[in-house]
Amino acid sequence: MAGLATSLGAGAATNSLAQMPDIDTIFLFGSNPTEAHPIVSIHLKKALKKGARLVVGDPRQTWMAKRADVWLNLKPATNIALINGIINVILEKGWENKEFINKRTEGFDELRAKVREYDLKTVEKITGVSGNAIVEAARLYSQAKNGMIVYGLGVTEHNSGTENSMAIANLALVCGQIGRPSTGIMALRGQNNVQGASDLGPLPATFPGYQSITSAEAREKFEKAWGVRMSPEIGLKSVEMLERACEGKFKGIFILGEDPAQTDPNVHEVRKALDSLEFLVVQDIFHTETTKHAHVILPGASFAEKDGTFTNGERRVQRIRKAVEPLAGRAEWQVICEIATRMGYPMHYTHPSEIMDEIASLTPIYGGISYERLEKESLQWPCPTKDHPGTTTLYTDLFSRPGGLAKFMALDHKGSGEVPDSEYPYVLVTGRIREHYNNGSMTRRSPGIMELVPEELLEINAEDAVKLKIKNGDKVFVSSRRGKIRVKVRVTDRSQPGNVFLSFHFPEALSNLLTSEHKDPITGTPEYKACAVKIAKK
Amino acid sequence: MSDKKLKITINGKKALCGKHETILDAAKKAGVRIPTLCYDERLEPYGGCRLCIVEVKDVPRPLPACTTRVKDGMEVFTETEEVRRLRKNVLTLLLSNHPNDCMTCEATGNCGLQSLAYEYGVDGKRYAGETWDLPIRDDNPFIIFEPNKCILCGRCVRICNDVVMAGTIELSGRGFDSVPDTAFGKPRTLENCEFCGQCVSTCPTGALVDKKGRGKGRAYEMTKVKTTCSYCGTGCNFFLNVRDGKVVKVTSDFEAPVNQGNLCIKGRYGYDFIHSSERITSPIIKKGGRYVEATWDEALDLIAKRFSEVLAQHGPSSVGAFSSARCTNEENFLVSKLVRTVFKSNNVDCCARV
Ligand code: SF4
Ligand code: SF4
Repeated sequence: MAGLATSLGAGAATNSLAQMPDIDTIFLFGSNPTEAHPIVSIHLKKALKKGARLVVGDPRQTWMAKRADVWLNLKPATNIALINGIINVILEKGWENKEFINKRTEGFDELRAKVREYDLKTVEKITGVSGNAIVEAARLYSQAKNGMIVYGLGVTEHNSGTENSMAIANLALVCGQIGRPSTGIMALRGQNNVQGASDLGPLPATFPGYQSITSAEAREKFEKAWGVRMSPEIGLKSVEMLERACEGKFKGIFILGEDPAQTDPNVHEVRKALDSLEFLVVQDIFHTETTKHAHVILPGASFAEKDGTFTNGERRVQRIRKAVEPLAGRAEWQVICEIATRMGYPMHYTHPSEIMDEIASLTPIYGGISYERLEKESLQWPCPTKDHPGTTTLYTDLFSRPGGLAKFMALDHKGSGEVPDSEYPYVLVTGRIREHYNNGSMTRRSPGIMELVPEELLEINAEDAVKLKIKNGDKVFVSSRRGKIRVKVRVTDRSQPGNVFLSFHFPEALSNLLTSEHKDPITGTPEYKACAVKIAKK
Repeated sequence: MSDKKLKITINGKKALCGKHETILDAAKKAGVRIPTLCYDERLEPYGGCRLCIVEVKDVPRPLPACTTRVKDGMEVFTETEEVRRLRKNVLTLLLSNHPNDCMTCEATGNCGLQSLAYEYGVDGKRYAGETWDLPIRDDNPFIIFEPNKCILCGRCVRICNDVVMAGTIELSGRGFDSVPDTAFGKPRTLENCEFCGQCVSTCPTGALVDKKGRGKGRAYEMTKVKTTCSYCGTGCNFFLNVRDGKVVKVTSDFEAPVNQGNLCIKGRYGYDFIHSSERITSPIIKKGGRYVEATWDEALDLIAKRFSEVLAQHGPSSVGAFSSARCTNEENFLVSKLVRTVFKSNNVDCCARV
């Protein structure tokens, strides 16, 4: 989301799900919503029923790709080249929205100069997508009345994920498909409260509400509210904390509800880092790979055991409500208060609604939000004041960048950090399946779900299966330069020849043992999506 | 196109409505209840069950309220003797081919057919006609289908094909024996079904029910707690159904702004983890290489002491916290506050990228 923040101002989806049925051209990029976001797909299906055109950019032939007017079956990690190519076509044909570009953006000349390098021939070669398909995609999206781009982790979980989101912003801006209902850019995120967790400031460079640590004014505001001096020094990202731990320079971590020892690619390094710590506290509802490294393990409360709010992918702040008592007697917010209090900084709240009141007083985008209002209405941030109705469409007149203009970013295709070669000839793409979730610690406890999807399956194209002499249900070894796992095979036409697919929901067959250490240099997002592997029966 | 309001009357009371509204929409807004069985806001109106019939002045035949659009000046009557008589006939017919085993039926208290039978005083004894005797389909982990209780409203088939677009079920067979079924009557598996449970959520009777909630409590015995799904970032709302301190079922919140009552397999059926026996139930401390249970006080004191020591020895640059995209906004805020006020650094990050 850092990409959208740079281009547009805020790292958040620009529009609302409820507007989807009125889209007339959907551009779905690196997202498989029928699996990963089924309810989003229901909104998109409504648009399709009403006659919307559909462009899908995905290496896999997903449900949506099968129904697309244009399927851009790009090679993994060639997103930027493809989008540059599309923009180049739009500019050559004069399909861009000149008025929008003039009035609401900056940096267009640099973009134009850059995308000229991406003529159809070049792009065909890099991406493997046919020129005709690229032109048709460019036409459909640029000429749409209401075109919306919906993108998913296929875009962000790349070593150039941030730049991928900027490339997408470039495309929307060139066509002026933003700032109106049923247009814009919807980023579909993995975990339930990714948006809220970014908004509320557990981040090394920003206070809650994306207020910069380096701004003296912001620090002063928080110092006044919290009565302590705020460090002006940008903190370390999680990856950096772990790297330093390996070097013996980082000593203590409190991990709340995360399982980096399973979900981080290159789990070897993470495990080593955790073991090097002098003191590690992990709070979670289940034992995980990560709790194995802890000095103290604290029981967490599930979402059914506490009050609070989550912010969904369209910036909608919604309540969760306590239905049963916390199993071990305390919810996380209470535990944090107790730790702070015991360390000499008294923190007392009788109910999470009081925490929200404090959030509202310090975080302008949440300024008008309170539990009382949430009982009666549904609010999307920015909601700056108590009488503000919330915001369904961002950027209707100004972008939230200095000067109010959106910024074009001239970007280069860099390719994946690891490309297939003769030893590791296949590209492993990892992702989610509908039935399971993340490290699987929740969904694997559902006997019904386990009955349906009991284990990891390697998806492989029929052509490759024949080449390797393997069939449905065979067990194979998948290995990369970093590790080796054994999994069952599922032969399917969803993966293209040369690509194979794994999820990462099962600790027994941990695909993250294989994935690469290449990371997005800006956000530190690990490259889950593409690495080189070989497949063998023995 | 102007959005000029049309003026109509419903049972003599004036109502203003939009051009594209149906009589049913208008009545709803005016607070007048018209009975329905085949209607679901998520679906296109169907006009199949004949229960929503109303009389309109100067129209000879009663009209289905769900498919008839309002016209300016329309005078609608929803409770005339004639429409009540016709509705009673429809109900009598439905109950004549229905097991009428409400005593043990999962849907009791939450059944459209049962409440209308009650309201219209129809007991199912009137014509003992030919009844279905079809086997119960209990062939998958989540959904049980009792065809004998099906009233052929078509809602499950329509939601599965028109909304989910999964194409799992269709009306199969002809005439008296037609029921909604999977192709070739195969069990529901991932090959043909998404297990989203939308079909269950729309079924007005006990024909389609959630297997996991069976026998765990009647609708009126549950405390329903409205909440937001904890799986993906779509943010669907639903009701946790709680009985005796246990979440025993998830039911749809049809008013939800994001999902209008629709859910996916994880949201609707993925709640077992809440009461899993593998949950961590108490703080645990590592002592001499072994993990032992501890009280909250012991654990929290130790945490405060050790973090204070490490901070004193190595300084604020050596301690930090990872927050989670799984935790609430309030908790994320507090983690950020803890690190900034107590650890005195900005070494805080969430794995929010994933
Ligand atoms: S569970 Fe969903 S996909 Fe399966 S039959 Fe019901 S509506 Fe269709
Ligand atoms: S019900 Fe499914 S789609 Fe909705 S929030 Fe939960 S996991 Fe996401």
